[in-house]
Amino acid sequence: MSERYTITVEGSGSADCGAGERVLVALERAQGFGRLKNMPCRLPVGCRRGGCGICRARVIEGDYRRDVMSRAHVTSDDEADGVVLACAIYPLGDLTLRLEPKRLGKNGRMAEMSQGGK
Amino acid sequence: MAHTGVLRPGFIQLRVLDMPAAVEHYTKRIGLHQVTEGPDGRVYLKAADEFDHHSIVLRRADTAGYDLMAFKVREESDLDSFEKRIVEWGYPVDHVAAGEQPGIGRRIGWMLESGHRIELYHHADQSEPKPRIHNPDVWDLEPHGMRARRFDHALLYGPNIQRNLEFFEKVLDFSCAERVDMPDGLLAIWLTASMKAHDIAFVNHPEPGKFHHAAFDLESWMDVGHAADILTRYDISVDIGPTRHGITRGQTIYFFDPSGNRNEVFAGGYSYYPDNPTRTWDAENVGKGIFYYERQLNDAFLSVVT
Repeated sequence: MSERYTITVEGSGSADCGAGERVLVALERAQGFGRLKNMPCRLPVGCRRGGCGICRARVIEGDYRRDVMSRAHVTSDDEADGVVLACAIYPLGDLTLRLEPKRLGKNGRMAEMSQGGK
Repeated sequence: MAHTGVLRPGFIQLRVLDMPAAVEHYTKRIGLHQVTEGPDGRVYLKAADEFDHHSIVLRRADTAGYDLMAFKVREESDLDSFEKRIVEWGYPVDHVAAGEQPGIGRRIGWMLESGHRIELYHHADQSEPKPRIHNPDVWDLEPHGMRARRFDHALLYGPNIQRNLEFFEKVLDFSCAERVDMPDGLLAIWLTASMKAHDIAFVNHPEPGKFHHAAFDLESWMDVGHAADILTRYDISVDIGPTRHGITRGQTIYFFDPSGNRNEVFAGGYSYYPDNPTRTWDAENVGKGIFYYERQLNDAFLSVVT
């Protein structure tokens, strides 16, 4: 049996995640079981493959392995800063993260909006 | 001949993050065949039931999404007459030399006000595998994967789709088969150049040039079910379905390729004649129009694009 780790979403709850499992998929399962009960809205789930950017998050603590993810949503600076797409990372230990989805501004440009579930 | 001018979607070029994973997805799972790889690394794919050289082009990039979609025209001279009409409409037209994509003749291209590049071309070499034409079997090479028969259509997201509607109707001679009108304006249009319920569609969206999905034609509702089995067996990310669209009446699944570009497999849909009136949908019923069985939009429909 592979290693299992705890993924904590700041302010929302926690999920159990296998070492080879996409963090977002573990969070979807946890929400289905009612374990992210303080999350004020549906978990943002899109393509689950690193392309659409909906599940953008910031890793506050912990190590992870990453797949390739779209530079339209995670720049090199973001990457150095711990910003990820939760669908394209796999835990190497317990993780704490904060959801940081991008939202469209009125002018059609992407504006960042922090949505921490607090 | 009755069908002139723009015949059909010819090919679409998509950006992918991981080329080997993309090729495996489109060939082994969707059921396409790789025709060739170009010197710049672009990979050219087709369905075995298509005659022409290719219908899907994959380009490795650091973002996923849409590069361009090209329509085939009936006559070489159509390229010149359409270029004149497009320039008169006010869009600058550029030229792509024959051979820029293997097997494809010269192309003309321009940018829509929704931020999408569209091209026209006439000549395409044929390539193997393709249907036989003398005493043909229903297939020559046994279908595999989801058994896709052709690249069918695309849905694109961007601003100014009222202008796209006018352009496609007045300049490219398309018809609008269906539309959705919200209290604050036009939300979506389904456009056809043929007897299919749609060849291209647009949804109003603030960010230009975005890609919602590329669709592959399947033979039947049973094949949609078989595709659903494949999606689960190979842990492919599913958006919604199997379900049905009220708009076009197509039976469908939305899912994602390994770079997060949405795909659709699609069966059925009504036949459209150019004298048919446009079918219209309003805000209260758009859920049923998009997903007929769920009767509501899912969270991803209006927000998840590449």
